[in-house]
Amino acid sequence: MSDIDEGLRSELQRQGIWVTSMQELYNWGRKNSIWPLQFGLACCAIEMIATAASRYDIARFGGEVFRPSPRQADLMIVAGTVTKKMAPQIVRLYNQMPDPKYVISMGACAISGGPFKQGYNVLKGIDRYIPVDVYIPGCPPRPEALLHAFMELQRKIDEQKLTGAGKAEHLDPDQPSEFPVPAFGGHDLEPAANADIFRPMKMERNQ
Amino acid sequence: MMESLEQIKSQIESAILGAKIDIVPNAGPSQQSSLLIDNGHARKVAKFLRDHPALRFDFCTNATGVDWLERVVTKKVKVKKIVEGTEKEEEETQQEKIPGYLEAVYHLYSIEHKHGPIIIRLRTDDRGEGTRLPSLTPIWRSAEFQEREIFDLYGIRFEGHPDLRRILMWDEFKDYPMRKDYREPDDYEYEPTPHDDVLEKAKQHYAPRPQLDGAENITAQP
Amino acid sequence: MTVSSQAERSTVEGSRDETFKLTPRDPSTALGMTSKLEGELMEVSMGPQHPSTHGVFRMNVSLDGEIVRKLKPVFGYLHRNHEKIGENTSYLGSMPYTDRLDYFCSMTNNWAYALSVEKLAGIEVPERAEYLRVILAELTRLQNHASLLGFLLSDMGAWGTPLMYAFREREKILDLFESLSGSRMMCDYMRFGGCRVDASAGWLAGAKKIVDAFPKFLDEFEKLIVENEILIARTQEVGKLSADLAISAGITGPMLRACGVNYDIRKVDGYGFYPRFKFRIPLGEHGDTYDRLMMRALEMRESIAILKQAFAQIPAGPIVNPKIKIRAFKPPVGEAYGRIEAPKGELGFYLISDGSSNPYRYRVRPPSFINLTILEDLCLGHTVADVMVILGSVDIVMGEVDR
Repeated sequence: MSDIDEGLRSELQRQGIWVTSMQELYNWGRKNSIWPLQFGLACCAIEMIATAASRYDIARFGGEVFRPSPRQADLMIVAGTVTKKMAPQIVRLYNQMPDPKYVISMGACAISGGPFKQGYNVLKGIDRYIPVDVYIPGCPPRPEALLHAFMELQRKIDEQKLTGAGKAEHLDPDQPSEFPVPAFGGHDLEPAANADIFRPMKMERNQ
Repeated sequence: MMESLEQIKSQIESAILGAKIDIVPNAGPSQQSSLLIDNGHARKVAKFLRDHPALRFDFCTNATGVDWLERVVTKKVKVKKIVEGTEKEEEETQQEKIPGYLEAVYHLYSIEHKHGPIIIRLRTDDRGEGTRLPSLTPIWRSAEFQEREIFDLYGIRFEGHPDLRRILMWDEFKDYPMRKDYREPDDYEYEPTPHDDVLEKAKQHYAPRPQLDGAENITAQP
Repeated sequence: MTVSSQAERSTVEGSRDETFKLTPRDPSTALGMTSKLEGELMEVSMGPQHPSTHGVFRMNVSLDGEIVRKLKPVFGYLHRNHEKIGENTSYLGSMPYTDRLDYFCSMTNNWAYALSVEKLAGIEVPERAEYLRVILAELTRLQNHASLLGFLLSDMGAWGTPLMYAFREREKILDLFESLSGSRMMCDYMRFGGCRVDASAGWLAGAKKIVDAFPKFLDEFEKLIVENEILIARTQEVGKLSADLAISAGITGPMLRACGVNYDIRKVDGYGFYPRFKFRIPLGEHGDTYDRLMMRALEMRESIAILKQAFAQIPAGPIVNPKIKIRAFKPPVGEAYGRIEAPKGELGFYLISDGSSNPYRYRVRPPSFINLTILEDLCLGHTVADVMVILGSVDIVMGEVDR
């Protein structure tokens, strides 16, 4: 959000003077060149590839450069079912991404386990271990839904502040950017969820 | 075309002495009955099925495990009873308790003769300590990964398998998930109105169970 | 460079052919290729996140420089316990889960499951439904093989351009699926005893138009393979598979036919109405990666032939058997194994019924899982770059491998 009066800005623009703020410029550059991490798990990955293909072109949004290495990516689209066997690798990949980084949870499986929720090997949602920015429901969500999520993410990035109280997380030295990796236990992952991130509502069960 | 199951059974029994083969009938419309082979002669029978010139079952399509819990079967049996001084035959319902076991089922086809399928079954002695079966990987290479999967999910140790370790679950996992008495860990999150089986699961917490047959000795092989 | 993967053999149980090794390989005894520089082997884990793997697949390779000495595949990263869910769900409720097995080919997965249940319960399928099934299965095969060629070429370094062309055709076929069944990928279209929705005359006309335009695309696309020097150099004589090892390892599908074994379940079992159509089965001679690719290219042409005949022959009529109850479906006690020729190989379902509305045992026979058995044999002695090419030609989908 700019502090400049819009009327003044448009008047100046008509005179050929372009006024902006550091925050706008910074965010504009970042949101139009998001580099996703090339990382698909299951069926939703195919819809992600279809989004990158010629019909639903993700290149129009600046996101066509899928980086294989997490060190060069800003966005991790978790597309597909997250299993407990795969969860430590996903958290490790997230830790290896440099700040600022974003996560889109694509498909019902990545949000909460999806149709495979009754599974001993299925992690009931990737937001148990890493923070998620945008959720896309669907099984699989259409490519247009992924593009809509991309645009939502761009809107979110646009609204990130650089200074002040509500500043963006990657600029705040107290916010963690790496999260502990779960370990394989005898029956389940240990811990089952990261208590700092995953805070579902508690309900008193009256028996 | 392929001979009937009875003919194949008699061929096997005449070729391999001591083999005990039973026919497990299949009641349904698919008419796919199977041969139950005893564990001692399983490998010899399998090699016979593969190498016999008329049968040539060189293609093992499917190897899978089945878990049969302890069942109670009611049967109507004709029993001679003495009623009012005379012997009569009456029908009585008897209950037979069949102990539980695990099974490995193999579907075999022949590529050379293009016939099939023939289904063979191997049974373990019980569901606890005696879950060992001979591996048929030396006969059909396709059993290699599938027997590892049966070991991973059901807990049947295959003797003679070149590389028996878990394939789908991680190596530190301790349970055999496809068994009928496996209890899932309680990792469901908040459910606004739990009912039916979700509520049942929410009430059960994971309780430690006695481990089966050296399960904790499995380590990751290089 | 021809490196035979059968150089080290062991007699196994007095078998007729010494065709495969079963003991773990000792990396120092190289397969006829000793390296003069003594060095240690480097253990690399390729995956589970890798730009070229087809999903979450991991290979632990031991490398001597660039040469692969040992390769152990690790999977289970997408194990969603489909079989356990199958035991707790009704027969009809498992149909949407079969879509998600091989997520490229949901129609053929549905057909395999419907076929197995129909075998289990002895259900007949009306004619029009069988023709519709054949049409949709062959359309699925077309888009699967085109996508596979696209993926393989992009793994080899063509960076997505052939994939864009393949996906262009795939989108056209997915449009057809969407207008018929309501969903692009997860169609959930077959039912026990027929199909869910009838195809209108307009749909059939649209499908016919797409199929008529397909050979032109195939001509262009095949030129990318047949006349491409780089592809020929990278795929010929790489990853040779002998017919005996393939049969013993349970390989099915185009991979088996590339070794010269004439076994196509459409001809052998004659399920559906395939015996009514005239089509040829392409067979390979060398069993290497190039043959496997050409199998898929040639099978696409045969699929077009089948589709043309099916469009001409399809009759009017009901699309589902009116006698069966779908809702409270309880098949009789028994078991059945039904299989079809899916684009990736033999997809089979083994169902044991105990008379209740849920199956007692629900097993998927996954072609990709079993085709991976000999991955190590194919890759030994080759370089790391060849491993990706070989893996691409095996055509695996992790949804099927791990279920």
